[in-house]
Amino acid sequence: MDIGTTVAAILTLAIYSFLYRDNPFYKVAEHLLLGVSVGYFLVTTIVTTIMPKLFIPVFANGELSYLVPGILGALMFLRFSRKLSPYSRIPLALIIGVGSGVAIPAYMQAQLIAQLKTTMLPLDDISNIIIIAAVVSVLMYFYFSREHKGLTGAGAKAGMYFLMVFFGSTFGYTVMARVSLLIGRMQFLLGDWLGIIK
Amino acid sequence: MHRKLPMYICFLFGAFMLVQFFIPHRTSTAIYETILDWVQIIYAFSLLVGVALLIKHHAIIATRPSAKDRPYSGIVLGGIIGMFIFGIFFGRGEDTAFLWVFKYVQAPMQATMFSLLSFFVASAAFRGFRARNTQAVFLLVAALIVMLGRVPVGDMISGFIPKAADWLLNVPSMAARRGIYIGIALGTISTSLRVILGIERTYLGGSRG
Repeated sequence: MDIGTTVAAILTLAIYSFLYRDNPFYKVAEHLLLGVSVGYFLVTTIVTTIMPKLFIPVFANGELSYLVPGILGALMFLRFSRKLSPYSRIPLALIIGVGSGVAIPAYMQAQLIAQLKTTMLPLDDISNIIIIAAVVSVLMYFYFSREHKGLTGAGAKAGMYFLMVFFGSTFGYTVMARVSLLIGRMQFLLGDWLGIIK
Repeated sequence: MHRKLPMYICFLFGAFMLVQFFIPHRTSTAIYETILDWVQIIYAFSLLVGVALLIKHHAIIATRPSAKDRPYSGIVLGGIIGMFIFGIFFGRGEDTAFLWVFKYVQAPMQATMFSLLSFFVASAAFRGFRARNTQAVFLLVAALIVMLGRVPVGDMISGFIPKAADWLLNVPSMAARRGIYIGIALGTISTSLRVILGIERTYLGGSRG
């Protein structure tokens, strides 16, 4: 058993101590996780984006055009100044504008058209009929421009039942994913750390 | 001007990115890729602003003698500074302090945090799952079948349960998800158009400036 495994086991137990009640051991582990995760993320951002996309092109390759996003990025820090904070909206507007412009064709292709295309199924199988009925009825449920009465109401009601099946199965799937993580942690504590189980 | 200039920038870049997709000329594609590079850099800075705000928040608590949570804020700051020093000055490859902390501190704690949720989900389900009406029965039965179908005991009860779980996930559940995705896509497209055209401007914040 090495020191790393013992450290990991102690921190694991510190987090599980929350099952009893909120306590200092849990708080130490929780804050340590926050600090370490933010530190990891900070280093990753610097190493994978700031250095190769800004510092190396500008300072090593002399591509001065990359100073523009650098300056715009630096404008973000004006949020800390009460007087100059409105200027931090400029880079924000650029990000939001570009994001919106890219999102329209991307969602149209990857979500809308692709999802509609895979729903156009031959009506030769009960599962296919259910899929088409479910997609149409769920869309009817989310259609609020018309009162849910008559045919629309019946469709929306059917959509609600399909949504309930979706929520139930998603819940079941999530629970099992969490339980498998729990089993993994127990295997670590009892196997890797204590060596009780193989 | 403080509100109009960002709106014009948003329109200009948003409209360009949208139109470029439909007219992929060599020059416009080069500009498109450059802008995407720029956005990555600016986005990285926006993340750094978030980190700076977190550091500021915890530095204030850590330096306030009367603060009850002072030591915990110190731990947060220690974690950030420690990882930064390890990652930037001592390397990130095999057998480095950075990777050791990730492997033996961050990764186990993250996995434990997520596994902790299984207890809360179970307790919430126990308190909240009541078959009050037909819709709740549908939800309950679907959850039960999927949970049983994912473990060996489900197969031991009946070979039909894992098949039913797969069918539930692949047919009605997937179809409902598809309906939700189509709704999300339509919502995203309309919101993006509103943002580009300057109708939606909540991202500009309050009226200050």
